[in-house]
Amino acid sequence: MSLSVTLTINGDRKDVVLEDPRVTLLDLLRERLHLTGTKKGCDRGQCGACTVLVDGRRINACLALAASLDGAEVMTIEGLAVGGRLATVQSAFIEHDGFQCGFCTPGQIMSAVGLILEGDAGDDPDRVREGMSGNLCRCGAHAGIIEAVLDAQKRVAGEEGKAA
Amino acid sequence: MNLFDYVRPASVAEAVAAASKPGAAYFAGGTNLLDLMKTGALTPGKLVDITRLPGLDRIETLSEGGMRIGAMVRNADLARAPDFAAAYPAVAEALLSGASAQLRNAATVGGNLMQRTRCAYLADPASVCNRRDPGAGCDALEGENRTHAVLGWSDACIATHPSDFCVPLVAFDAVVEIEGPEGRREMPLEEFYLLPGETPEHESVLAGGELITGLRLPPEAADFRARSRYLKLRERTSFAFALVSAAAALQIEDGTIGKARLALGGVAARPWRARSAEALLRGAEPTAESFARAAEAALADAKPSGDNAFKIELARRVVTRAFLLAAAGTPESVPALPASVFSSDTGVSIHA
Repeated sequence: MSLSVTLTINGDRKDVVLEDPRVTLLDLLRERLHLTGTKKGCDRGQCGACTVLVDGRRINACLALAASLDGAEVMTIEGLAVGGRLATVQSAFIEHDGFQCGFCTPGQIMSAVGLILEGDAGDDPDRVREGMSGNLCRCGAHAGIIEAVLDAQKRVAGEEGKAA
Repeated sequence: MNLFDYVRPASVAEAVAAASKPGAAYFAGGTNLLDLMKTGALTPGKLVDITRLPGLDRIETLSEGGMRIGAMVRNADLARAPDFAAAYPAVAEALLSGASAQLRNAATVGGNLMQRTRCAYLADPASVCNRRDPGAGCDALEGENRTHAVLGWSDACIATHPSDFCVPLVAFDAVVEIEGPEGRREMPLEEFYLLPGETPEHESVLAGGELITGLRLPPEAADFRARSRYLKLRERTSFAFALVSAAAALQIEDGTIGKARLALGGVAARPWRARSAEALLRGAEPTAESFARAAEAALADAKPSGDNAFKIELARRVVTRAFLLAAAGTPESVPALPASVFSSDTGVSIHA
């Protein structure tokens, strides 16, 4: 079985030949495609710094085998801004000081995008906190992060209302 | 991580054939397997990727009652399936109390059943572990063991089963469906897991090549839907394994308990069904005193395996409180902090 995979990454189709089957999605993004926005924190599914969307769902890229994801659509932090215009979640993180050093931020933002897509949390801060518990912030910016997610969610809902 | 062969079979039969040779492992969500491969605790020579096998990702209501869940259904999808959460709310609550949103999106039903203990000595190849290396010894016995088993352990292994999902499944008599080189078989989930005894390396009844294809919840399990809860004590409110957990469910008529179900998590090498406690509650009034007696019975055989005597009293209190919550009624939706004692959501009986 050939270990070439085709992935659609931030809308671009990529054919990648894997040197061996051990390559995780995280290492493929960072080392092969040089998309280094997705961070390697713990590399064990505990910190959430590597969170990306695969087929619209947030997962830990460090615990996904690239070979197994042949055909998948992946969205990383690099795919959020369109034409230099920040996505709503990105703007909200800036406005609410949802970070300090910034290392966990791409994972936090992709996790927030996933949470908003899931649509389970509503405007309940407890549900948002619970839904973001897979993303650690060593600087302790969680208070701003939760405010940013709640605000972004409200704005996204408003934009969808306008579009509809 | 060791180098391995990677195959992606197209059918269950091909998968079973590919996995029947020693050293092969099934790969589904990968969240536990890859983690243990990264530490070097597991070194499978071949990964058999079952993520594309047809027909394993369905949630079906059965014509004879009950539901069947395919082994490849992702934990998050099962917890969110409206029919499932309505019939088995304690199972949905347990699922949502486990891991993180990212992990629940990847982890599968079959993988949850097959996950390994989180005993740190299993994951660390520099330690000795009878599960990883039969006969080598157990570093947990004299090591960090405050989270370890208080029921059903042996001097060969004191590890616990880490699953939340499996605890209410055992309380509700879930049945595991297995496909293997010798054909198909099935059994209650409770009997699927083996206690360590002298052979802790045998964690389940699965033989080489056997694959979990799905599980079934019997129709009677839904009769508890108005009063069933999962309660989980952990060292932080979210994204932590249970120190002790309990799935408690009741049927109450005219102020008297008809049937009761109880299983505990975090206390043994398998989710621990407590039938003696269930029997004590039959015909009793749903009071704190009755539930405390049931809790005593459930933990009657418990003994510390290390620095964990506190877990026995903790387990009694979790059982009592889980039954009180169940008696108050299943909340209309899963609480914001699933299975947490800090949850502000109180039970509302759907029959009120």
